[in-house]
Formats: sequence, structure tokens, C-alpha cells
Amino acid sequence: MATVTTAIKAEARDLNFFYSNGARALKGISMPLYENKITALIGPSGCGKSTFLRCFNRMHDLYPGNKYQGQIVMHPDNTNVLDAGVDPIEVRMRISMVFQKPNPFPKSIYENVAYGLRVRGENNKRIMDDKVEEALKGAALWSEVKDRLHDLAFNLSGGQQQRLCIARALATDPEIMLFDEPTSALDPIATANIEELMVELRSKLTILVVTHNMQQAARVSDYTAYMYLGELIEYDDTDKIFTNPGRKETEDYITGKFG
Amino acid sequence: MQAPVQLTISPRLAKNIRRNVKERMIELILMLAALVAVATTFAIVGVLLYESLSFFKTVSVVEFFTDTQWTPLFEEAHYGIMPLVSGTLTTSAIALAVAVPIGTIAAIFLSEFASHKTRETIKPILELLVGVPTVVFGYFALFFVTPLLQSIYPELPSFNMLGAGIVMGIMIIPYIASMSEDAMRAVPMSMREGSYAMGATRFQTAIKVVTPAAVSGIVAAYILAISRAVGETMVVAIAAGQQPNLTFNPLESAATITAYIVQVAMGDLPHGSIGYQSIFAAGLVLMAMTLSFNIIGHWVRKKYRESY
Ligand SMILES: Nc1ncnc2c1ncn2[C@@H]1O[C@H](COP(=O)(O)OP(=O)(O)OP(=O)(O)O)[C@@H](O)[C@H]1O
Ligand SMILES: [Mg+2]
Repeated sequence: MATVTTAIKAEARDLNFFYSNGARALKGISMPLYENKITALIGPSGCGKSTFLRCFNRMHDLYPGNKYQGQIVMHPDNTNVLDAGVDPIEVRMRISMVFQKPNPFPKSIYENVAYGLRVRGENNKRIMDDKVEEALKGAALWSEVKDRLHDLAFNLSGGQQQRLCIARALATDPEIMLFDEPTSALDPIATANIEELMVELRSKLTILVVTHNMQQAARVSDYTAYMYLGELIEYDDTDKIFTNPGRKETEDYITGKFG
Repeated sequence: MQAPVQLTISPRLAKNIRRNVKERMIELILMLAALVAVATTFAIVGVLLYESLSFFKTVSVVEFFTDTQWTPLFEEAHYGIMPLVSGTLTTSAIALAVAVPIGTIAAIFLSEFASHKTRETIKPILELLVGVPTVVFGYFALFFVTPLLQSIYPELPSFNMLGAGIVMGIMIIPYIASMSEDAMRAVPMSMREGSYAMGATRFQTAIKVVTPAAVSGIVAAYILAISRAVGETMVVAIAAGQQPNLTFNPLESAATITAYIVQVAMGDLPHGSIGYQSIFAAGLVLMAMTLSFNIIGHWVRKKYRESY
């Protein structure tokens, strides 16, 4: 048992979620996120993938009336991050997020990446320069932008903006990174870049990625979870899910008979 | 080469005359309406220019801009516009010094901090302030704010630019607050989420992300406020004094361009007299000032145009 728990970075335990209109978007979800692994979330539109992902960094707190029930336990702290006594800002300092649509800030490339550090009170120019460079390299963007770090981020292409958002999320050395369909707005080449990047990042952190792209889930992830109507239908090794799923619903979805 | 096939227009695809005529009529009516607005503007500018031209036949442009006195109605007349310009700029500057910080902070509060209910309560009240007749603000400056200021600084004259400027500032707060708030609320939620997801607080998000994202709208609000301040008449006419005075000292009394114009326009000067013409020259300067602020504003807006 002990060996298993040390490998788990976070786990949902009987997680329910209710939007402010009373809709129950998650129904009793329990599943682990293994450390230094990529876990993919798949399922038809509206099944609750984003809702589940956004529980991890308490994004739902931004809108009044949303309600969590159950636990998301983060290790090694062994703390339920959904507990009312937990500060969501502290959670977000350790669990970062990349959104579906690139959402850079109206600032320079440099300031976008430095944002998380500034928010944390870092002001040392040397440290900041190093961190920004490291994060941009980590996001495979450095060579393209190193000569125009002080240009407005909006001038980058969509794929570059998304990698900038990854760099921004990386700069603060998060332990977990959440990706919500990070490549759905990108062309195949930019998509391949980001997939490659996720695989590289795996050695440093734990990744949870929502995707609509079956091939993407199969290519990058170690574990896959299939959700349907707010429920977790099946969770297993990615190989197993894609070659020999345990549930008929999963197989139908993967083979395109459904959804 | 093939011989060209003779084509006909089938009645089902032919031009529909009735629809076309109707469309044309609507177009014409719309154009006329637009024309009225444009024509009025041109007419105003035309009259201003025409009457000013007669004015500048008597008074040289150099004298107009360099003489330090403005006494067109006196026996020994002087025609230097600068005392009126200084009064206009000083009162406007005070108004902006009051309205820009308060209006911006109010906008940030309303857009980023206030709950839905609070916002829906405060905004109508703010907008009510816009509906208060300016003459009321004028007397508020004269009979409330100035005495209050005099209790701090007894030498302050009853007519002074400080009191008038402050009240004018209060008057334009709603413009800045309401327009800036609209600009900030137009910033997409995804940008705020990006900031929160980085571990930013509400305040950090408001200051570091939302405000810069809304900057072009906020600047537009400032420009509108400047135009309002420069063109404002009642408050300054009532509370700042009617004596042209070349000074930028807010503790003194002075007249603004607008105050001079109402003062003269309400008197009974004969048409064609130099005093009558002088208000058009003053009006022209006022328009040039407002216009240049608008052009600057337009330019700044373009430079910082937000693109989400
Ligand atoms: N703010 C909200 N208020 C109420 N219900 C919501 C809200 N956001 C989402 N929902 C509902 O919750 C359910 C799950 O939505 P969610 O966005 O998590 O789906 P998803 O799996 O991410 O879909 P997609 O693949 O289209 O992104 C849906 O039925 C949706 O209508
Ligand atoms: Mg989604």
C-alpha cells in the first residue's frame, strides 16, 4: 500500500460538484493522478471533463454558488484541497493550468511569463530573467521569441501564444499542471509541438489533460479516464483503454460508435 | 472556341423593381437623417469661422494670443484670449485631478469587487448624478464647497477656481466611472481566469490584468471627461468668477472661455459689434481645444487598442 500512495500525487475521492443553478455536474468521481504521469480525460462534450479539471485548482470558487462535495487529496501534504480551511490561492500556486483558448495577458512576452513570479512577490531581476528564460525554453518557445521578449504577447501566433501560456504556467515550478483541451485551437504542427512538450514535462511534474482527440490521448497519456454524464465510466492504463476497454460504453466511444 | 450560348434572364431571377425602389427610399431617408447631423455641425463651424473672421479683421491674431488681458467690453479694450484659456485649463485640471482617480477606483470596485447586487444598486445612483442640472452643481460649489474650503483657508475668495474645479470633478466622476466600468467588464473572463489560475489575488488581477486590458476604453472615458470639463459652463460661471485673470493659481478667481461666452451672450450686445464677435473667436478656441483633446484621445485609443 505504501508504495502505491507515494506514487499518487493527487486523488479524487467520491467527488460531486454542483453548479450554482443546482445542476450536478460530477457524480461520485474517484480516481488517482499518478506522479510524473500524464492522465487523459476523455468523453463526449458536456460530460463534465472541464468541470472535473477545474476542481483541482479551485477555479469554481470564482463564481458564487458553486459547491464541491467530497475530496481531492493532494500529496505529500495529505490535504483535501477542497476543504474550506484551504486557501485556493495557495492551491493555485502549486497547481497551474493551461486553458483551451490561449489567454495571454495584455503585456509583453517577458511580463506574461514573469507574471506568476511577480504575483509571488519576486522582484530580483536576475532571478526573474533566469526563470523566464528557463520557462520559455521549457515551453519550446525561447528560440522564437528571445529577440523580442518585450513585444506584446498578442503579436504571437495562436500556437506560440499557447506555448507562452504553458511557459507562464511553468515559470512558477508547479507540481501539477492541468490542461483543458490545450490544442483544440491549434493546427497539427503546433499540436504536435505541444504534445511533445507535455511528454517532456512529465519528468518534472504531474499532468492532467482533457482532450477530445482520441489519438492525442493514446499518444501522450499513461492513464486514461472516460467520463460520461458526470460519471467516471472507466479508468485504466491508456494501453488497456485503447486496446481492450473493460466497458462497452468506453469501447463505443473510442471506436466512434458514439459521441 | 465554342460559340457563345445566348443567355436569358429568367423572371425568377430578374431584378425585383418594387423591392429595389423600397430599398432606395429607405436609404434616402437614412441618409437625410445623417445629413442633418453633419450639416448642423458644419453650419456651426461655418458661423464660428465667419464671425471670427470679422473679429480678426479688427484684432490681430498675434494680439489675440499674446495680450495678457481680455477686456473686450471695456473702454480701453484688450483682446488677449490667454486669461480665459488659463482659467479653462486650471478648472479642468482640478476637475480631472478629482475625477480621474476617484472615477477609476470606483470603476475598478464596481467591475471587479462589487457583488452583482451592489453594482446594480450603485450604478443607477451614479447615473442619477449625471441627470442633476449643472446649475445646481454651480450653487453647490458657491454655497457649500467654497465655504468649506474657506474654513481651511480663510483668504480664499468667494469666487475661486478650486471650488468650481472640485465640483466639476464630482460632476464628471460618473462619466469616468461608468465608461471605465463598461470597458473593464468587456474584458473576457478567460483573461481573469488566467490570472487567478496563476495564484493572483482579486486585487492583483484587477490592477495587473483587467485594467491594462481595458486601457483604451478607460482612456476614452478620460478624454470624454476632459471634453466635458473644458466645455462645462454653469459651474464655472457661477462659482469661479467672471473676471478674466491670467493665472494658474486655483486659489484665485478667474473666468473661463465658457463663462465669458454666457456672460456676453446673455447681455444685449448689438450684432456685428466687436464684443459680439469676440464670443465667436472665443468659441472657436474652445472648439479647437476640445477637438485636439479628442484627436489625442483617438490616437491613444488606436495605439493601445485591445485585441483579445
Ligand atoms: N457555469 C455553469 N453553470 C451551470 N452548468 C454548467 C456550467 N458550466 C458547465 N455546466 C454544465 O455542466 C456539464 C459539464 O460541463 P463541462 O464544461 O464540464 O463539460 P466538458 O466535458 O468539459 O465539455 P466540452 O468537451 O464540451 O468542453 C454540462 O452539462 C454543462 O452544461
Ligand atoms: Mg470542456
